[in-house]
Amino acid sequence: MTFDTHYFDIGRLDRLSYKNTFVHRLDPRVKVIATMLFLFTVISFPKYEVVGLVPFFLFPALLMAIGEISVRFILRKVLLVSPFAILIGVFNPLLDTQTIAVISGIPISAGVVSFLSILLKFALTVSTALLLIATTSFPGVCHALRRLGLPSLFVSQLLFLYRYIFVLMEEAMRITRARDMRSFGTRGSGIRVFVRLIGTLFVKTVDRAERIYYAMLSRGFKGDIPSLGRTGIKAADLTYLTATVAFLAVFRFYRVTEGIGRLAQGLMQ
Amino acid sequence: MHMADALLSPAVGTALWAGTAAVTGYASKRLKREIDDRMIPLMGVLGAFIFAAQMINFTIPGTGSSGHLAGGMILAILLGSHAAFLVMASVLTVQALFFADGGLLAVGCNIWNMGFYACFLAYPFIYKPLAGSGQKPARILVASLVSAVVALQLGAFSVVLETLLSGKSELPFNTFVLLMQPTHLAIGIVEGFVTAGIINYVRSARPELLECMTMPRPLGASVSLRKILAMFVVLAVITGGVLSWFASTHPDGLEWSIEKVTGKGELPEMAQGIAPVLRRIQEKTAFLPDYNFKPAGNEPKKEAAAQAWPGIEAGTSAAGIIGAAIVLGLILLIGAGIRSFRGRDT
Amino acid sequence: MSHHIIEFEDVFFRYPDGTEALRGIRFRIIHGESVGIVGANGSGKSTLLQQMNGCLLPTSGTVTIGGISLTRKTRQEIRRKVGVIFQNPDDQLFMPTVFDDVAFGPLNLDLDEACVRERVRRALGTVNGLDLQDKPPHHLSGGQKSSVAIASVIAMEPDILALDEPAANLDSKSRRALILFLKAFKHSKLIASHDLDLILEVCERCIVIGEGRVVADGPSGEILSNRTLLEENSLELPLSLQRG
Repeated sequence: MTFDTHYFDIGRLDRLSYKNTFVHRLDPRVKVIATMLFLFTVISFPKYEVVGLVPFFLFPALLMAIGEISVRFILRKVLLVSPFAILIGVFNPLLDTQTIAVISGIPISAGVVSFLSILLKFALTVSTALLLIATTSFPGVCHALRRLGLPSLFVSQLLFLYRYIFVLMEEAMRITRARDMRSFGTRGSGIRVFVRLIGTLFVKTVDRAERIYYAMLSRGFKGDIPSLGRTGIKAADLTYLTATVAFLAVFRFYRVTEGIGRLAQGLMQ
Repeated sequence: MHMADALLSPAVGTALWAGTAAVTGYASKRLKREIDDRMIPLMGVLGAFIFAAQMINFTIPGTGSSGHLAGGMILAILLGSHAAFLVMASVLTVQALFFADGGLLAVGCNIWNMGFYACFLAYPFIYKPLAGSGQKPARILVASLVSAVVALQLGAFSVVLETLLSGKSELPFNTFVLLMQPTHLAIGIVEGFVTAGIINYVRSARPELLECMTMPRPLGASVSLRKILAMFVVLAVITGGVLSWFASTHPDGLEWSIEKVTGKGELPEMAQGIAPVLRRIQEKTAFLPDYNFKPAGNEPKKEAAAQAWPGIEAGTSAAGIIGAAIVLGLILLIGAGIRSFRGRDT
Repeated sequence: MSHHIIEFEDVFFRYPDGTEALRGIRFRIIHGESVGIVGANGSGKSTLLQQMNGCLLPTSGTVTIGGISLTRKTRQEIRRKVGVIFQNPDDQLFMPTVFDDVAFGPLNLDLDEACVRERVRRALGTVNGLDLQDKPPHHLSGGQKSSVAIASVIAMEPDILALDEPAANLDSKSRRALILFLKAFKHSKLIASHDLDLILEVCERCIVIGEGRVVADGPSGEILSNRTLLEENSLELPLSLQRG
């Protein structure tokens, strides 16, 4: 992925989070908790589970539909994300060759099933994590984290980071563009140039931090970053959380998918 | 080398989350007491700097492939252990949120792997004594190289352990180690060069930055460079020897222990929660036996397979697949339905 | 109204790297005056403004604001009186949303929540930015950013405003809005800028700084029409005076 695609992807995700839909209006705390519960439930499925994972796609699907998030955008991001899980998972079919089922005469090995399980978990966890940030403004997530008990110094780090990512990425983009424009082929993209480039960016950043510090002092900064209390939890938030918990519990502990399959088989008869 | 949610088991994920949260809490508490106000915006903006810097690629000499900065070491050198750890934690959290790099459960592992070792081990115990007063470029280079390599090796090894302990991957310990460690040796060397390059650049361009930005902290004990290097050679030989002995006597390394952990951890819950319900559903709905599914009868390890995997006995798989297809269809329909309904609405 | 008087007496300032930025600045500004500070790049304008609220303290000499002499101890008190708006709004707006940013100052004054909200509303209203409240600064245009930067400072209700290059990077419409706002602000103000037309329009008095010293001090109309003085300081006549 090039710098520009990264940059515009973050920008797009960030813009999505300022939409105004039912999902976007929910309290960030509730969304953070629901997301974490969802992720935890998904990874709690054992190694060879495939079928039981399928209904969980309802969660991201609903979020995308109600939150008006482009399915294609999320799909593309899921496909582009760091492929470490897949890289490691792909060894399973090669190493775990014991046949576990035969479907229409084709033997299926345990490794294939566990790889499939990793793929499903991957798609579920990545899309849901992305949807959290696509439906909740980042400052919202930070306030939620602070109120859920994370250290305030850490949360203010996150807030500063978010505030200056876009500023510094623009600066880095200008620098890389200047480099790429003047380096034909690979000559200018080596380590030596990279180090000077990063060094320059670093010096500029430290100077910027100094100016920010002055701006903060000018407005009475005394070592703490104050914030006003946000709105409280509403009925809609509680309903959402309850529904999510119920959904997760039902599909975690009852094999609904197979039930539906049997029902269908029965009806076909 | 971002650890991913999909490879994690709840136990490993939670353990590392807890560990990381504890260190984060500790670091914040320490900093809150000792920090100069000036550091607060500086740390935040340097987080954004690392984030931006990671997106700039460079060509690794001799290979033609491109790399980027991990940043843990450079932050530790510039900000000190505690502040650097917090910055790394915030960078990785934002990456988990915006890029889904790793994921929100694996973020605990990732902060640990990429933050803890660099900030709390490599920097205070390797970089500081090696770099000494930090005046000679050659010492900085050696110190950066050794500490970056060690930090990345430890990080990579943790990825291996976390993955294997989670039990979702079939990779044997040896293969996995051989896959991860040499790659990260290369990455570590590059990281070391880049780190030293940046520090030396800043030192020559704006020497005052390095002095005034770091908090007052005790200087590393001034041990001679040669002594420390000798110590490292000895350490390397010992660990190398131990590791190769371990590898040759236990050909399947940690696998046995992992199988024990995962094999038993998940069985009882499956049997209780799902099996009875399943049987009931089966009784009510199964009009036809699963004619196109044959149990894998000829396998010698059939017992073990069935035990490790009670959810999908041959009998229930057909229903599972049909059910999955129907559920997916339903999800798509619901999604599309809501969308078109809302579309008409607005 | 002694509390609105600004007085610089033989102010020297040397940066840690040895650069002598101010070499004996001396002037006095009375209540309600608006004063333009002009000079070449690197003449010391920005350094001078940073002395206004104690981001930097003079190496020697005294800065007195509203009868209080600026020291390490009185900094906090003086910061309540003087609002400084820095050159780059990206550095000025450091909070993740416009609301949080404008509320930062009032919250640090330990006001209660209702009061903070009221101040934010009023400050954003003054710069026509009420609808920007929930936006993050990186979604704002250059003009909007500079408006919000001003709002974030006037939310603290300072007695004195000091602005560093406020019109840089503004389009004509935003610049016009800024000028109207500055003319309406009734307390003392100091504006450092290369935009001499803006100074001519907003400030009745003008101080020229060169190499860390006051080169000239007088009515804007006089100083900004003195071609030789301006050219000696790497400036040129304001456009509005060039036609004649």
